[in-house]
Amino acid sequence: MAKEEIKKNLMGFEKPLEELYKKIEHLNKVSSSGKMDFKEEIKMVEKRIEASRRDIFSQLTPIQTTQVARHISRPTTLDYINYIFQDFVELHGDRNFADDLAMVGGFAKLDGLPCMVIGHQKGMNTKENLYRNFGMAHPEGYRKALRLMRLADRFNRPIITFIDTPGAYPGIGAEERGQAEAVAKNLRAMAELSVPFIAIVTGEGGSGGALGIGMGNKVLMLEFSIYSVISPEGCASILFRDASRAAEAAKNMKITAKDLLELGVIDDIIKEPLGGAHQDAEQTAKNIKAGILKHLEGLKNLSSRELIADRYNKYRKMGIFAEVAELADAHDSKS
Amino acid sequence: MAKLDIPDNLWTKCSKCNAAIFNKDLEANLKVCPKCNYHFKLSAAERIAYTVDEGTFEEFDPALEPKDFLGFVDTEPYSKRINSAKLKAGTKEAIITGKGTIGTLPAAMGIMDFSYMGGSMGSVVGEKVTRIIEYAIDHKLPVIIVSSSGGARMQEGIMSLMQMAKTSAALGRLREYHLPYISIMTDPTTGGTSASYAMLGDINLAEPGALICFAGPRVIEQTIRQKLPPGFQRAEYLQQHGMVDKVVHRKDMRDILIKTLEFFKG
Ligand SMILES: [Zn+2]
Repeated sequence: MAKEEIKKNLMGFEKPLEELYKKIEHLNKVSSSGKMDFKEEIKMVEKRIEASRRDIFSQLTPIQTTQVARHISRPTTLDYINYIFQDFVELHGDRNFADDLAMVGGFAKLDGLPCMVIGHQKGMNTKENLYRNFGMAHPEGYRKALRLMRLADRFNRPIITFIDTPGAYPGIGAEERGQAEAVAKNLRAMAELSVPFIAIVTGEGGSGGALGIGMGNKVLMLEFSIYSVISPEGCASILFRDASRAAEAAKNMKITAKDLLELGVIDDIIKEPLGGAHQDAEQTAKNIKAGILKHLEGLKNLSSRELIADRYNKYRKMGIFAEVAELADAHDSKS
Repeated sequence: MAKLDIPDNLWTKCSKCNAAIFNKDLEANLKVCPKCNYHFKLSAAERIAYTVDEGTFEEFDPALEPKDFLGFVDTEPYSKRINSAKLKAGTKEAIITGKGTIGTLPAAMGIMDFSYMGGSMGSVVGEKVTRIIEYAIDHKLPVIIVSSSGGARMQEGIMSLMQMAKTSAALGRLREYHLPYISIMTDPTTGGTSASYAMLGDINLAEPGALICFAGPRVIEQTIRQKLPPGFQRAEYLQQHGMVDKVVHRKDMRDILIKTLEFFKG
């Protein structure tokens, strides 16, 4: 899709902008007919679009944020790799069953520093999405990711992962080949990596399929990405027996970057351009790169042992519960 | 026909073959249907009674209780669900952890209870699993976890997901200390539970007929819009596909556990 087309590819809640875009189109048409010049007017409408968009995006609901996170034109892992890194060499396959096209990875340089980069890969149209299985990896995808992480670990290279998946694929082959085992093994293995590891949720952080490459020392989220234990639709269909109540589920589950920062599950939020990452992929990539560099800097002086301990302690702390004094004690204090 | 005259509280209908079974026969048969071998779900207390040497089980961390930290409301508030689950299951959470001996061999254990909110894994389950693993490391004990869980607990949102990371990381440490972990998967072991500690056993055992999967059959059917193969995602199917070491009948479980612990004994 051309850049201009993407800008106008509006989401439902951006409806108020539609009229303004039409106005610009009209003014352009009249202008190009040569009789009159509406440059000033166009500029004014563009300003109004910007103001209106700023207003809309300052108060997105969680389900609207979900729409942004899933936008068909949202930049993908390969887009970010190309903008952020140099000399990317993609590596294929899990050395066991197949190459999973929903998961990409390989080495690349980050301002000269060799890194391993891995991420879910979605498409930007139906054809690409079918090819990429909508970014839903099979066990071989998780096993490829693990192979690459271990390779990086052995040669002391930082690992950067990009997370953007509706979830690990639910299918017959996926189950037969051990989807649960593949994700579980990745979790255990990621905890043991002795190199700096930064995970970035760029779009949809869909449950175990997201976490399966996401146990970084630092976990960052793009401003309008989401990260959740189950999709809002899935949650609504189970708890309300009504998938159309996804908005409520999204709100309840706390899935936005801001929520997760408050819960201490992520470490930083990366700003997106006005209107979301798809409005300016290059700028988004620049922001991500700045985030990666900032957090790598903080990790670079840690020894292998410290990096493992840092990661263990980070996840060890997660969980909110009550530790109620024994009932027996309560009785004692009464008597 | 005579069965119909028996008062309800004396017999149970098998949920698989519909046979009416006298409760005392069912109990004597470790809650396995004598007609069709269906393994009824066990409470954590029953599982402990069937597995651990009598009088040796000591419970840890009974004071941990869930908290409604998100203020989660679906058809009812999570805080209310917590209270009703406690009453229904008679436990304070979906897992009981502790230590005991099996055939005089000591082990640290976690036993999940499906009757508490479908055995769902939230912060407390994740914390208790992690603590029991850490206890095992400190005391050089093998770990046994019996899973029975529908997966992550939605009412704790992302924090439930993070329990997968926490428990799996702890199991990684256990491995570094060369201590064994035996995972027993019972009906059902799915979602976030199977995709973390349940699938990470050095030895993965499963009860006959148990549903064991990442994504549930309904989700898969909706996604691929085709019928699933017979026996799909059942314990036997997983053994066939290399994911489970052994499907073990409940009556043989204690014996297999003893043999397994003997193999690992330092
Ligand atoms: Zn039966």
